[in-house]
Amino acid sequence: MEYVPHTRADIERMLRAIGVEDVEELFDDIPEEIRKNYVPLGLPPLSELEVRQELEALAARNRKLVPFVGFGLYDHYIPAVVNELARRSEFYTAYTPYQAEVSQGTLTWMFEYQTMICELTGMEVANASMYDGATALAEAVLMARRIVGGDRVLVPRSLNPFHREVVETYCRGAGIGVVDVPYDETGRLTLGDVPEGTVALIVQQPNGLGIIEDLSGLKERLGDVFLIVSVYPVALGVLEPPGSFGADIVVGEGQPLGNPLSFGGPLLGIFATRRKYLRMMPGRVSGRTVDAEGKEGYVMTLQTREQHIRRERATSNICTNSALCALRATIYLAALGAEGLREVALLSLEKAHDLAEAIAGIPGYELAFSGPFFNEFVVKCPDPAGVVKRLYREGIAVGPPEYVARMGVEGAFSVAVTEKRTEGELQRLVEVLRG
Amino acid sequence: MGTIYRKGKEGRRATSWPRWGKDPEEILGLLPEGLRRREPPWLPQVSQGELVRHYTELSRMNYGVDTGFYPLGSCTMKYNPKLHEELACLPGFAELHPLLPEEATQGMLEVLWRLGELLKGIAGMPGITLQPAAGAHGELTGMLLIRRYFEDKGELERRTKILLPDSAHGTNPASAAMMGFQVVSVPSNEQGTVDLAALEERLGEDVAGIMLTVPNTLGIFERDILRITAMVHEVGGLCYFDGANLNAFLGRARPGDMGADIFHFNLHKTFSTPHGSGGPGAGPLAVSEPLLPYLPVPQIVKEGDRFMLSYEVPKTIGRVHPFFGNVLVMVKALAYILTLGDEGLREASAGAVLAANYLRVRLRDIYAVPYDGLCKHEFVASTKNLGVKARDVAKRLIDYGFHPPTVYFPLIVEEALMIEPTETETLETLDAFIDAMHRIAEEAQKQPELLAEAPHNAPVRRLDEVKAAREPVLREERP
Repeated sequence: MEYVPHTRADIERMLRAIGVEDVEELFDDIPEEIRKNYVPLGLPPLSELEVRQELEALAARNRKLVPFVGFGLYDHYIPAVVNELARRSEFYTAYTPYQAEVSQGTLTWMFEYQTMICELTGMEVANASMYDGATALAEAVLMARRIVGGDRVLVPRSLNPFHREVVETYCRGAGIGVVDVPYDETGRLTLGDVPEGTVALIVQQPNGLGIIEDLSGLKERLGDVFLIVSVYPVALGVLEPPGSFGADIVVGEGQPLGNPLSFGGPLLGIFATRRKYLRMMPGRVSGRTVDAEGKEGYVMTLQTREQHIRRERATSNICTNSALCALRATIYLAALGAEGLREVALLSLEKAHDLAEAIAGIPGYELAFSGPFFNEFVVKCPDPAGVVKRLYREGIAVGPPEYVARMGVEGAFSVAVTEKRTEGELQRLVEVLRG
Repeated sequence: MGTIYRKGKEGRRATSWPRWGKDPEEILGLLPEGLRRREPPWLPQVSQGELVRHYTELSRMNYGVDTGFYPLGSCTMKYNPKLHEELACLPGFAELHPLLPEEATQGMLEVLWRLGELLKGIAGMPGITLQPAAGAHGELTGMLLIRRYFEDKGELERRTKILLPDSAHGTNPASAAMMGFQVVSVPSNEQGTVDLAALEERLGEDVAGIMLTVPNTLGIFERDILRITAMVHEVGGLCYFDGANLNAFLGRARPGDMGADIFHFNLHKTFSTPHGSGGPGAGPLAVSEPLLPYLPVPQIVKEGDRFMLSYEVPKTIGRVHPFFGNVLVMVKALAYILTLGDEGLREASAGAVLAANYLRVRLRDIYAVPYDGLCKHEFVASTKNLGVKARDVAKRLIDYGFHPPTVYFPLIVEEALMIEPTETETLETLDAFIDAMHRIAEEAQKQPELLAEAPHNAPVRRLDEVKAAREPVLREERP
């Protein structure tokens, strides 16, 4: 086997040193009745060429559709430098930087990433990543409860339905009730009275329907109850960050920052909060310090929050996170700068609005909501299932009606647009809808 | 080495983008005035060349498996096949949105289904979810399954305790506590395995289950594993197995045959997918028959020759991941299993256990091995007998060109060095490591300052962790 280097002679030498005759003896401590029950998988070993051909054939069985689909994951362009640099094996073959002196590369970019996330979100501290936007949101609710107390969380009906399901799963396990917050004809949430015992209000910006929420005044109404905002980081190239509106925790799905769609994983969970809550925050953090000669360097810090030190009293159980995806986000943001990010956001914004206008001009089609949107919008029409099927046949994918329905909108599909969508693709979509 | 924020200059850029049709101000006019960003985020302004040099330089300050020997105990830092990276980048996988129709994603669903079936076979258990994004996420999912199972039986109120050997990974107690269980520690006996009498004392109708690592974090296989799981089942509890150490018995024994009800895989460890500086990993979970009705949805099923998503899990705990888990990691794991085949799986565990025992017997004359005896894929040594700190030996190893082992874990061994060589290291590398360890032990007696001040030839000298924690500087400040 090409990955195991032991020759017959090597094996003999090691066995002699250990004092056993045969490799099988090394497994004598596993009860025999267990070993004899083992059922092989029936797989012969394969060569690299055969495995490549097999997997390439599977990849080829997936049909390439032009993705006008969003729901938190967006098809933004990934500059070549991001792929090239993130694929350096000194990054991908390392693990968590437990030994700081030989992990300065990782710890330095983690520090850069934390800075960038703070800048994007308008928050004071950020961790070095969570698994994805949905579990980051669920962890934010758990963190809020540790600080605020209480037993229920306010969740908009317009929250991304996949994020909602994960939050519901975690909350059920942790004994936190979920209270729905409705939206109005603009698509924006309408906050009524905040009930006693509320841990937090979740707001998604833009929300699952694509509508930009007005965050002003929310924190004032909430008082000590936490304002948790889940963001689409590219939109923050042009939208005022939640930090300006008093958010206590900002989370988000970081995939749009230089990570491929990947059939939904791996993803990147963004997590940022106020400095005063630093010691309650889950996840790894890189901090700046000095070495024995006074030279600047970086270490994982505040580890007393973490499971390997604090065990059952840790702020979270998270260990392995989404580091390589965070590295991609770091390189992406460094490559774009504020100007590039703004350009990507403006391109997405412009194209989405051009397309929305064209679709709304087709008889029978209308935008479901009147509120402002960024790059994703909901379209109502008489036979959305039929329309979506017709689009698939023409090689175009939009947001499926069944998932839009989970946010309480029947008879509708959704459309998301990024800078990657060409004029031709936009026109094609409109033509197919026209029928 | 400064951060990227100290590179570049106002006005530089590393990317260009298509021109938009309208005036930018006009486009911004599409957004309500009060919500438009007032001040741009402070991000670097560098040229493409500067950007590439910066991250190339950072990569050179890192130590990975491709750099050298990385015997980090419990982490299974084996060689990462290059084929994996190329396969995960195939546009047919990487560019797929998860909400495309099933007709368009048959190849992807087949990858997931096949991997799921193979993992079920390896575990010897009938159910699987691929959703957990890491081992700890698998544990959390396992705790949710246990809760749901007892809720369904009307026993959740009284089943408040999760038992944990004192050698357990820190994620285990953290996962149990996060889902509201009380953690009860079970001491180890002199052999380093679960003390059966102590276990017996703690077992009762208030026990929801036990979390075991097999082999345990000392690298020792619980010879009484069948007895332990039977005892827990006897009182109606469930057995969770932390699969971090699967490399020890891959292709030879199945957790399902040991009495496991829930078993998590660490695809980044055992199946070499790789570790990515700390993630993404993947932590699929196999379950026993009684837990099938509670698995997360969707499940990936095969009907005829079609693959599809099924939501028909009557009492599901729900989703633990927004989509299907870390799919690109799974592509690599499937490639790995197909490459190895049955023969290769056995060869992997044989090589890992052989290398670990070889290191153990070659090091034990100098470093104490408190629980000495046949180990599996790893073992725990101690520097206490030499009167030096494990940390100092670890840092000195860096000077010899090695990544240090895991230190100060498990907690039941003082000055612990947890050493896991994996099957992919040559005998020459193992011998060079042994040689370095011997020399360091000598230095500890003759020139102790060499250890106390190590490392001497890393990118930085020993870093001040206390200062970092006392005065946290966690971001670059604006100039």
